[in-house]
Amino acid sequence: MKILCSLLFAAMLDNGVSSARAAVNVFATVPEWGALAEELGGDKVKIYVATNALQDPHHVEAKPSLIARARNADLIIATGAELEIGWLPLVLQQAGNPKVQPGKPGFFEAATFVTLLDKPVRLDRAEGDVHPAGDPHIQTDPRNFARIATPLAARFAEIDPENAAYYQERYKAFADRWAASIAKWGTEAAPLRGVPVLVQHKAFTYLIAWLGLKEIAALEPKPGIEPTTAHLSEVLAILQRQPAKMVLRAAYQSDRASQWIAERTKINAVTLPFTVGGDAAAKDLYGLFDDTVDRLLKGAQ
Amino acid sequence: MSRFVWATGALALTLLTSPAVRAATDAELADIREQIRQLKESYEARIQALEQRLKAAETRTAPSVAEQQPPTAPPAAAASAPAAPPASGISAFNPAISAVLQGTYNNLSQDPNKYALSGFAPSGDIAPGKRGFSLGESELALSANVDDKFFGNLIISLTPENTVSVEEAYGLYTAAPYGLAPKFGRFFSGLGYMNDQHQHAWDFVDAPLVYQAFLGGQYDVDGLQLKWVAPTDEFLEFGGELGNGEGFPGTQRNKNGVGSGIAYVHAGGDLGPSNSWRAGLSYLQTRARNRNYSQIDLSGNDAQVGFSGSSQLAVADFVWKYAPNGNARETNFKLQGEYMWRRESGDFTYDRDGALGLTNTSSYGARQSGWYLQGVYQFMPTWRVGARYDWLNPGNVNYGSNATYLANPTFHPERWSTMLDWTPSEFSRLRVQFQQARLAPGITDNEFFVQYILTLGAHGAHKF
Repeated sequence: MKILCSLLFAAMLDNGVSSARAAVNVFATVPEWGALAEELGGDKVKIYVATNALQDPHHVEAKPSLIARARNADLIIATGAELEIGWLPLVLQQAGNPKVQPGKPGFFEAATFVTLLDKPVRLDRAEGDVHPAGDPHIQTDPRNFARIATPLAARFAEIDPENAAYYQERYKAFADRWAASIAKWGTEAAPLRGVPVLVQHKAFTYLIAWLGLKEIAALEPKPGIEPTTAHLSEVLAILQRQPAKMVLRAAYQSDRASQWIAERTKINAVTLPFTVGGDAAAKDLYGLFDDTVDRLLKGAQ
Repeated sequence: MSRFVWATGALALTLLTSPAVRAATDAELADIREQIRQLKESYEARIQALEQRLKAAETRTAPSVAEQQPPTAPPAAAASAPAAPPASGISAFNPAISAVLQGTYNNLSQDPNKYALSGFAPSGDIAPGKRGFSLGESELALSANVDDKFFGNLIISLTPENTVSVEEAYGLYTAAPYGLAPKFGRFFSGLGYMNDQHQHAWDFVDAPLVYQAFLGGQYDVDGLQLKWVAPTDEFLEFGGELGNGEGFPGTQRNKNGVGSGIAYVHAGGDLGPSNSWRAGLSYLQTRARNRNYSQIDLSGNDAQVGFSGSSQLAVADFVWKYAPNGNARETNFKLQGEYMWRRESGDFTYDRDGALGLTNTSSYGARQSGWYLQGVYQFMPTWRVGARYDWLNPGNVNYGSNATYLANPTFHPERWSTMLDWTPSEFSRLRVQFQQARLAPGITDNEFFVQYILTLGAHGAHKF
């Protein structure tokens, strides 16, 4: 018992020291918020990203490593809109870190700052894995990052007031470069307007809205439900009436269903990075959209 | 007047520069045309984007104030701007509600009413259920934040025999500093790996034999729990629990103070993106008074025996999970095992016929142990197979002078299980399980189960 007590005490002491010394500890649930925090926080923040681009963000477990990192976090950046509902509430409850509980400055939910699309009309699990607040995959439209960067920079300044000017400066630099990049991507992607596409999972709503693509059908019969041969045959029938140029899937998804469709039709199977780290080119936020636009243009040919 | 001057000036400037424009080369002209075309396209794209935003805004119920917030605005105000107005009225603060429905079809070659682990004291309701179709335990859960300091959770279990029991009913103090998480009420103890998992989250229909033999299936605590997560990058958690000690292996003792104490430490982390693990050591100290049951004695009588004394249990547990790149959606593998060791010492009373005909009380000491190892492999989305092996060691039992009447156990109960389950969504699971159990000398029980587990209501979180 004595040993245990001294161990506890030593660890507490260590905590006190580290929080005084270290930069803002940021816990990002998905890679895109880690990348945005990097843009805005620079070397004043220490970023831990809970998941990688090859992980299905709907199927994450409250792993011990996540609990440990949430314990030390000063700021948790989550998508919200129930994307992390399967694990984040449990991690927050087990981590015992009152700073990062929902409602506290240490908890930032990106989806509250953008307009969510595809809010389900019928809230029923018979419709598959539906998100009541709307589609949470907001990172496929670069304009959403511009909307989120503003309150996130303000949140950094609130948590770490000493470096407020630093965050403000980085925010301005990011906002300018990002606006220019959005215009550039918009110009580059102009030929994609009206191009009909299939999607494997309904994960590209915002991308499709941004670039004016036309979603013909999804390969999953219901969101989150594995594609079945019966449903894929239906999709083939739809394609007879409404041909599509390509079928989109996120890097983390299995390529079986889109390959199946691509083999039977003449359309291209396009793998999009979906988030930072989804492929070699998507190293940061700029690379993510450079590569996304590039792959779409190639796929549309 | 000034407007006139400006206008003339502008006109003069145009006239002055126009010869220069005329003098421009064809290449420059083409360049300018290209620039204008690009500008036009860019604006068209922007206008279309704006139209879409307008459309989206029209379908929205509440305007998003957040987007217009300048970066210097207090973020608290920005965060409070909801995407939609929250539901109002008396039901707005209803807790999250979920229900679990379960049922099985059991085919058991041995009578489940005679289910017992040879050499181990009966620990409660551990039999594999009735033969034929039977309803499993249904569960109803309510949870919500109580206020800014407390979280409350109530889990009620409805048995197929139409009885109701409170499985968990606890409060959690959420505002504690230093990574402390105090819990109070009734809860599944955090000892071992599987103990705080609800039955519907298990990978097999029934509990491992060590849980049946040493904890009566699952150890529920009425009392206090204090957990502390160390501020390290690797997961390190210390926990302590004080309870009334009524759960097996303890008994109700009608005493003030603390009846049972539990301490544990769990560590865990990741090995690369594909592997994660957790391991732990736990210790339970409790006491029993007149823990009575019947046992066949050396002369074949159904004798009544009773134990009073102290009981200590040590548990070592580990779990390792593998998913390629951390993506558990396609394939994943989970290996878990737990080892339990129990020491009991005190007085043991032997009553030959249960009517105080011949009784004898003597000292008693026992050291018993057991373990299980199980692996579950998801070989394709929604489908998993699993295998489990259970083994119990009756160990050393010292009956003292009661050795005249009672035999030392030598038989090692064991069990092999295999299962296949289908999980079409996070909310439903169908399972078949076959197992062969040798729980008493010369008796082999072939058990076959078909099980369904349906979850409705609020989205539960997946414990690691």
